[in-house]
Amino acid sequence: MREQILAVIEKNSRIEIKELAILLGYPEIDVANEIKKMEEEGIICGYHTLIDWEKTSIEKVTALIEVRVTPQRGQGFDSIAERIYNYPEVNAVYLISGGYDLLVSLEGKTLKEVSLFVSDKLSTLETVISTATHFVLKKYKDHGTVLAKKSVDEREKITL
Amino acid sequence: MRIPLSEEVVKLKPSGIRKFFDIVHEMKDAISLGVGEPDFDTPWHIRDEGIYSLEKGKTIYTSNSGLLQLRQEIAKYLEKKFKVSYDPTKEMVITVGGSEAIDIGLRAMLNPGDEVLIPQPSYVSYEPCTIIAGGKPVIIELKAENEFRLTEKELRDAITDKTRVLILPFPNNPTGAIMEESDLLAIAKVCVEKDIFVMSDEIYAELTYKGRHVSIASLPGMKERTILINGFSKAYAMTGWRLGYACGPEEIIRQMTKIHQFCIMCAPTTSQYAAIEAVKNGDEDIDKMREAYNQRRRFLLNAFKEMGLDCFEPFGAFYVFPCIKEFNMTSDEFATRFLEEEKVAAVPGTAFGDCGEGFLRISYAYSLDHLKTAMERLKRFVEKLRKEQGRG
Repeated sequence: MREQILAVIEKNSRIEIKELAILLGYPEIDVANEIKKMEEEGIICGYHTLIDWEKTSIEKVTALIEVRVTPQRGQGFDSIAERIYNYPEVNAVYLISGGYDLLVSLEGKTLKEVSLFVSDKLSTLETVISTATHFVLKKYKDHGTVLAKKSVDEREKITL
Repeated sequence: MRIPLSEEVVKLKPSGIRKFFDIVHEMKDAISLGVGEPDFDTPWHIRDEGIYSLEKGKTIYTSNSGLLQLRQEIAKYLEKKFKVSYDPTKEMVITVGGSEAIDIGLRAMLNPGDEVLIPQPSYVSYEPCTIIAGGKPVIIELKAENEFRLTEKELRDAITDKTRVLILPFPNNPTGAIMEESDLLAIAKVCVEKDIFVMSDEIYAELTYKGRHVSIASLPGMKERTILINGFSKAYAMTGWRLGYACGPEEIIRQMTKIHQFCIMCAPTTSQYAAIEAVKNGDEDIDKMREAYNQRRRFLLNAFKEMGLDCFEPFGAFYVFPCIKEFNMTSDEFATRFLEEEKVAAVPGTAFGDCGEGFLRISYAYSLDHLKTAMERLKRFVEKLRKEQGRG
């Protein structure tokens, strides 16, 4: 049941529990309990809205920053990651395999704001060896959803 | 000028609901519940293989039977999923959709006057294809009280000395009915006893919601008397690629391949390359689509229940077949008024045989949002009818 619930609400977190129960063929109360349990266990961590900011008048700049750091004895990458993710403008921090260590996704109002954050806050951290900032020019697909186009049903209205 | 026309073809009954179709096509703003194909796009990795084959210049004929690699992969797939094994070199032909397989299968098997048992409601091509092949269609009317399954008694009652072939269209379009193993065992027993051949159209085999589909070909004594038809359209959302296949005894497949060679040459090459990818690596796609269909199926059944519309629970394909007899109208009248008054197109059950009278085929190859809108309108419509009829 868990996997089924998660598969549905990952794509549609606004679905009502009553409807979810119908779709999955379980009693409503069981579905409600399961969701509550998953929230308590931290499996469900939040409910977000996918917004294409491009279509609004609000200016936003997203950057992906590669960060190379020196891991600290006894703490590995965790404490440096924490120092970075505590900044509210930081959207996501991932520990990455390969040529660098942390991938930081950052959101700001302007290029300048993001650049300042990198030069003032990020680069100056003692354990940070280097950074490389990539600005996002266009989002084609986000969270499994294609942002660019609306799909149209081109099928014949009736086929037997 | 005398236009040459085959009398046999001219005589073929056009679909009885032509007029209804015409209204649907004219009504541009109507929403539909009438499609017989998935709403999903073909999964990208499958499309990508088709594109790749074009880039590599694979634009030539394949062998008449189809690419050997594809036949081998299909053989593995059938073995794995339905426990039936076929020799890919002798017992299989790749066709242009399941439709071609039905046509050439009947043409390869029938002689003038041979009777073909066709359970209805069912897909519209069995009857005309039988006639074109020189056979005589004998209709078995399936019953709602049996959940539109074929029963042993119905089969026995329809058999005569001239019966050669039984068409077994399950999981069924339009009813959504399935035949479970116990149902099939009873049918198989009669087929063996009466020496009847089966053409089993299993195009919806991957779309069942109550255990896995069982192929009659996997039952004792049946493989040698069954033509198994399947294809890629429904399982992998590949309707436009036009690709299916038939498996069966070498003697029949050889004759089918002969007809196929003369009128088709070979199934589309690009589609065949894409299909190799589908059958090898498409299981996960099927699981995802099946789960989505199943959710919609439950949604519709619940919606019918809430509006008090009688409907047996179908466990296959992507159709539900609610009963509209309470309104004392023909299916055609109901569908036409539903279309005109609520702008929703659903197919009258009679499109699939006379015994579809009193039923409506509703497809759930649509997004949930689409189905929600349609069900709101259906609810309003049935409430209005009940009020009109003084029952509201």
